[in-house]
Amino acid sequence: MTQINEPLLRVDDLTMMYGDRIGCKDVSFELRPGEVLGIVGESGSGKSTLLRSISAQQEPTKGTVEYQTRIDGICDVYQMSEAQRRLLMRTDWAFVHQNPRDGLRMNVSAGANIGERMMAIGDRHYGNIRSNADSWLGKVEIASERLDDLPSTFSGGMQQRLQIARNLVTSPRLVFMDEPTGGLDVSVQARLLDLLRGLVHDLNLAVIIVTHDLAVARLLSHRLMVMQQGKVIEHGLTDQVLDDPQHAYTQLLVSSILQN
Amino acid sequence: MSEMLHAKNVAKSFTLHTQGSVTIPVFEGVEFMLSAGECIALTGESGSGKSTFMRMLYANYTCSQGSIKVFHNGDWLDITTASPHSILDIRKRTLGYVSQFLRVIPRVPTLDIVAEPLVALGTDRETATDKARDLLTRLRIPERLWQLSPLTFSGGEQQRVNIARGFIADYPIMLLDEPTASLDAQNRATVLELIEEAKSRGAAIAGIFHDHETRDAVCTGSFDVTSFKVGAND
Repeated sequence: MTQINEPLLRVDDLTMMYGDRIGCKDVSFELRPGEVLGIVGESGSGKSTLLRSISAQQEPTKGTVEYQTRIDGICDVYQMSEAQRRLLMRTDWAFVHQNPRDGLRMNVSAGANIGERMMAIGDRHYGNIRSNADSWLGKVEIASERLDDLPSTFSGGMQQRLQIARNLVTSPRLVFMDEPTGGLDVSVQARLLDLLRGLVHDLNLAVIIVTHDLAVARLLSHRLMVMQQGKVIEHGLTDQVLDDPQHAYTQLLVSSILQN
Repeated sequence: MSEMLHAKNVAKSFTLHTQGSVTIPVFEGVEFMLSAGECIALTGESGSGKSTFMRMLYANYTCSQGSIKVFHNGDWLDITTASPHSILDIRKRTLGYVSQFLRVIPRVPTLDIVAEPLVALGTDRETATDKARDLLTRLRIPERLWQLSPLTFSGGEQQRVNIARGFIADYPIMLLDEPTASLDAQNRATVLELIEEAKSRGAAIAGIFHDHETRDAVCTGSFDVTSFKVGAND
């Protein structure tokens, strides 16, 4: 991460209202390649709303989301044509859901789950697709012999790793993650964290990760945004926010962590 | 000697919102300078704010007032106002920190954890790993442990992994928080050697040392944090 890097994503004054109710309000930030931004806060604080609005899944009431596209330079994602936006979401962006079932096709094989994203961007060579799918299974530590198995025969941790492989096969530059370690037991979680951190470093990924787990946020993210009632109440260097929180709510959040 | 770090009029207080918003002043008006090749011991009784001050020098704690300028890539940068990007870059290239706590992802082998800061600087993995091996050997971590996560190690072993990780890159400025606590005499001697080597290559070092012997052996000066305690001069 160097300082001369242009921002990959620029979010300005983003507000999402559900009628009179605030989803998220006045959120602004920039994200550069190789940078991991953590978003923390309790359930209902607007984390997922914000993630959906940024990732072109739900048009915000107000504000802009601009992305540095490979071909056309910086573009407002809600001003793009539908086709342009779909291409972006299929290639340059990836979305890792908390529940792997939301991000995988459960009735086709692991290999096909990975191959499908490649075919969506025009890859047609069966041999290439299969070998690339196989190599990605290896990267996420799933044995080759499981290539033709259905994801429904996988454990939760394996499904989550498969979802990551499916997402990263198109070499995205920006990855959205919604509680990626949420439903996993701790040993599996550690393995996934290690994997994610390695991939972020090796592929220079920009990541926005929503989590309620402050330990996960500390280990993965460079910067942290703390949300409460739809607003960002604290935003800064991860260790600074966690070790010297300024806002009352952040202090409460940090002091509520169980020690072991 | 060239100046590397300069803290001016620094104050710190903590406001505890969850406990009736009580404000706890720690110190004020701190003036501190650190130059290449020197090793300054931060002194003061327990609770005087030595560790707090060191964390502020690392931008782990915010500053309530004042500035902390760090000489980074040929420029002076104030870490109290620098962006998170700049602070991370300062930590990557300029400012090393050996804390008392090892915070790592479970499952990652010790060797990789120690090599990581060098890899982040762009050194190829092989060279970085070789240097990690050297340091772990010098610090007497048995080779059979290198492929294991240090989270399973004893306190003293974890401390030595922390030291190896902190000393693997030649940071121009180093902050050492009780680097010799919980070490036996042999390992303490190794840490003293490492500090001497860092000094002789021109590192500017600030440290908290719990014992006089260590302090007397490596420090070129001391800095008493107590004298800046709020109310100390009333």
